[in-house]
Amino acid sequence: MKILSSEITPYKTYLNRRKFIKGSLASALLATVSSSAFANHDNNSSIYNKYLNENDKLNSYEEITTYNNFYEFGTHKKHPHLNSGNFKPRPWTIKIDGLVKKPQTFDLEKILSNVTIEDRVYRLRCVEAWSMVIPWQGFQLSELIKMAEPLSSAKYVQFVTVFRPEEMPGQQKRTIIWPYREGLRMDEAMNPLTILATGLYGHEMPNQNGAPIRLVVPWKYGFKSIKSIVEIRFLDTQPETSWETLAPWEYGFYANVNPNVNHPRWSQGTERRIGEFKRRETLMFNGYEKEVAHLYKDLDLTKFY
Amino acid sequence: MFSTRNFNRSKPVLFILILFPSLLWAYQFVTGNLGVNPIEKLMDELGLMALRLIIITLMITTLSNIKPLKSIVVLRRMIGLFAFYYVCLHFSTYIVLDHFLDMQFIIQDIIKRPFITFGFISFLFLIPLASTSTNNMIKRLGFKLWKKIHYLIYPVAILASMHFYVLVRADKTEPVIYMGIIILLLLHRIFKRLTRPQLAQ
Repeated sequence: MKILSSEITPYKTYLNRRKFIKGSLASALLATVSSSAFANHDNNSSIYNKYLNENDKLNSYEEITTYNNFYEFGTHKKHPHLNSGNFKPRPWTIKIDGLVKKPQTFDLEKILSNVTIEDRVYRLRCVEAWSMVIPWQGFQLSELIKMAEPLSSAKYVQFVTVFRPEEMPGQQKRTIIWPYREGLRMDEAMNPLTILATGLYGHEMPNQNGAPIRLVVPWKYGFKSIKSIVEIRFLDTQPETSWETLAPWEYGFYANVNPNVNHPRWSQGTERRIGEFKRRETLMFNGYEKEVAHLYKDLDLTKFY
Repeated sequence: MFSTRNFNRSKPVLFILILFPSLLWAYQFVTGNLGVNPIEKLMDELGLMALRLIIITLMITTLSNIKPLKSIVVLRRMIGLFAFYYVCLHFSTYIVLDHFLDMQFIIQDIIKRPFITFGFISFLFLIPLASTSTNNMIKRLGFKLWKKIHYLIYPVAILASMHFYVLVRADKTEPVIYMGIIILLLLHRIFKRLTRPQLAQ
């Protein structure tokens, strides 16, 4: 699945265009800072192929950015792509609170200057039984957690999406209880597979994919990978999460990809990989069993789905 | 203007108008212009079209109660058969394209997932309706029995709208609107029933 270079705005051009549009010194500086974080990327998809399993192929930039579940911009798959044009992902801050040494608000640029951005090519499996392979750029969540200095009593991490109904038309309707919230157990959050992604295909994160920063937890159903995060809270009890609150009989807190635990709406035994005609078997923990199965060895996955 | 003749005359145009979306989607599917997840898109479009046509047949009956529009009822059979046509395409997309004739899986799916159960029963109930749609069948069965069989359209409509309602994850506005229309149309029929004996007295 080669991406024509004409299909993608080269990252440098993209930044220059932003600079040109905004024209302010501040945004010019900002662009320089973030471009250094992405300096080793270009729009060539072949650089990501070395991370792929032999059964996987990258999904195209177009597929990844036009078929999204991001109800803040509307409930239809094409809505995020169509309705996210007015969203302003910069400047951006993330509030850290709860059981931490010192509650504080980080500027995104400050976070980015303290971490190394790397490539992570992951399968993404939606609870609706479709999947994609996406080349993300990001850094391990554990790096931010270290910066946040949680207390030893912190057992869970909660994430909150931004609430800006004037920029996110889907939030003007009470389809779900805004703002969107998600959570992880501390050991899940610290797992090396768990990342905060700030880009894909070497581009800054597109608005419809959760700009400017989103979670990616590849062994869980996609709805766990919360987008456009503005707050991270450390807790000693399991936090409420949006979909579990809305329909607890359908969506659990753990939401691990599991072909053996059925969902009342979709069979989870198979999935359609976007771009493929025939369904394929869904893998336990989305194929990341080796990396994460140990986290759940004492947990009944049929009860804690 | 609303004469039987004029309604009959409009049939060929209506036929093409209602048939056209299926041809367009088939063409878009084959040429790869049905978006990123074409099988899902095809299935959704066909199903939605079928539900809308089912609701239109119910509306036609109600409209035909208005004296000047009495003749509109001549359109009902064609639209009803088109509803069946779209349901068949919707169902075969699910069987063939979505699940590749994996019958074991499909049977499990129909039993286990309530929304598929609703849709499947709705489809089954449509079969006797479609197969007794000819003038000859009305004659053979007698109008009374034929009419009784065709009351099946009520469970068909309710089940089809529930099939859609359960499928939608969060914003249920559209399925609720369809359900509301169906309920109103049914209430109108019940009301008519209840008031008729009084008129006779």
